[in-house]
Amino acid sequence: MSAVVLDVRDLHTYLYTRWGVVRAVDGVSFTLREGETLGLVGESGSGKTMTALSLLRLLPEPAGRIVKGQILLDGEDLVPKTQREMRKVRARKISMILQDPQTSLNPVFTAGNQLIEALRTLHAEGRRGLWRRAEDALRRVRVAAPEQRMRDYPHQMSGGMKQRIVGAISLAAEPKMLVADEPTTALDATIQLQYLNLLKEIQERTRVAMLFITHDFGIVARMCERVAVMYAGRIVESGPVRELFRAPRHPYTQALMASVPRMDADVERLPSIDGQPPALHRLPAGCRFAPRCAYADDRCRTEYPATFLVGAAHEAACWRAEPSRPSR
Amino acid sequence: MLEGGAIAPEPLIRVDELTKHFPVTRGLLMARAAGQVKAVDGVSFTIDRQETLGLVGESGCGKTTTSRLVLRLERPTSGRVLLDGRDVHALEGDDLRDYRVKVQAVFQDPWSSLNPRLRVRDTIAEAMIVNRRVTRAQRIERVEEVLQQVGLPLDAGGRYPHEFSGGQRQRIALASALAARPELIILDEPVSALDVSIRAQIMNLLKDLQAQEKLAYLLVAHNLATVKYIAHRTAVMYLGRIVEYASTDLLYRNPLHPYTKALFSAALPADPDAPREDIVLSGEVPSPIDPPKGCHFHPRCPFVMEQCSRVEPILKDGGPGHRVACHLY
Repeated sequence: MSAVVLDVRDLHTYLYTRWGVVRAVDGVSFTLREGETLGLVGESGSGKTMTALSLLRLLPEPAGRIVKGQILLDGEDLVPKTQREMRKVRARKISMILQDPQTSLNPVFTAGNQLIEALRTLHAEGRRGLWRRAEDALRRVRVAAPEQRMRDYPHQMSGGMKQRIVGAISLAAEPKMLVADEPTTALDATIQLQYLNLLKEIQERTRVAMLFITHDFGIVARMCERVAVMYAGRIVESGPVRELFRAPRHPYTQALMASVPRMDADVERLPSIDGQPPALHRLPAGCRFAPRCAYADDRCRTEYPATFLVGAAHEAACWRAEPSRPSR
Repeated sequence: MLEGGAIAPEPLIRVDELTKHFPVTRGLLMARAAGQVKAVDGVSFTIDRQETLGLVGESGCGKTTTSRLVLRLERPTSGRVLLDGRDVHALEGDDLRDYRVKVQAVFQDPWSSLNPRLRVRDTIAEAMIVNRRVTRAQRIERVEEVLQQVGLPLDAGGRYPHEFSGGQRQRIALASALAARPELIILDEPVSALDVSIRAQIMNLLKDLQAQEKLAYLLVAHNLATVKYIAHRTAVMYLGRIVEYASTDLLYRNPLHPYTKALFSAALPADPDAPREDIVLSGEVPSPIDPPKGCHFHPRCPFVMEQCSRVEPILKDGGPGHRVACHLY
């Protein structure tokens, strides 16, 4: 097996707001190996973006704080690092692609200038050398006619093109770890497929580890080897994509997958999940999904379930997955 | 659709060779015309009573402009929209008021589509004010009725939009669309701003309301699975034109147009073992200011032939109840 690149241990990220403490990430652990893609699935407010921002230490300050846990990147803990040290880490080792390329790029600089800004921290070279490197970076993300694109401003490009530029900037330093937060949500379907294929191709070449945040099970099926499902700040189920998709064990995963309409099946009526996720500053005692769960009993409502192994590297945090549970 | 020998009644909506061109100008003070965006370029379809027509396509294909033309939010450059056989863009006075009762809309973003300063009950009642036959007392009664119908608690009427979640807000938007007892509701991406676990709730509600209230829907959406679940018939648009049009069943089982095939292959199935038949299109959707000659899709089409760049394909039968605009058929 390839080496572990990222090891997140018991991460707790809280937001201190005037409504109270929002437990956005509340005890999240996972690992990522070289060349591997982990899908992080969940609804808005489940903590997936806060997890991503914690990894890069880009939390909204002063409200957001990592209160507990470790983020080991290549064995080095990022949590105690200063922002000055983190800037170096972000320049070379860990990078991020956000959902909206429009806001990731600076509207008053050309694509070339923004690429060179990223490359300058890596290479002590003159402008001409950096320019050539920037063109190469564009070529690697399959931008046609990079010489001309270098002089274009973001508003002159389509959404798909802008996201390629963002990709080129993020991957310029060949980082070990890439966090992609819904990178194709703002793109059209046919452009999304192009972009996903491009990311796969780059990963095969550079062996970058990817944390892929999405709410689309189709993207997970296509892009990821493993998947973790988040609900209300915690990972409720994780495992190899194939196994988890075939036999989801957590009632939330089961209900969520069943409630998504499919292209390849005729359903007269979708089973829907009643209610909505709990407010993160007023979490229920016990399992956070219990108020919406069809199987919840008294124990679920009082005691947060432990995480049980339900298959090879497949885990679920649900009392129903407890092995000693007497069978009926 | 009717079976047997019965004479088909006039559809609720008939859209006939609709076009909408927007002028493109250059310069700020001395603006001069620099071309036209052919947002909608000769679109025809019908919607029967109690039927849902899905309009799918990528951004810029003209699906939203088409729905805005049906809604009378834009005036067509040419062509007509007929409601019960009458041109909606020629309506005046009482007829126009009548139209505004019959046709309602629900938009994508329930955060911007509801007035934050109005209590929910006032937002819902507002839709009925246009109907002069409805008294104040009837309005109050109707508000309670529709709140219940969309599954909101009665006390919701006295609260403001910010107190509700996205799914609940979309229920409020639906309630105010329903209040006037319309015949057609235009749904522009009604669930795409909602969380995955909430979408099924709203989609099921849309189906229930259609059955209870005998509604017709024009559903504009980019998510193909959503359209499959709700729409009876589906039209696929590309650069202002309908390229394929069939019953949803037929279209999803056997897409004919190369663009439809590519679009469908880009909808990734939630199954890691699903067979991969990727049709990865090269390039991007061309600019509608200067669309390609002949078939708009020909520069990206994997099956392009010589005549495609010269002759614009018209919609023709690609099988019973299946229309396709492609020289392959």
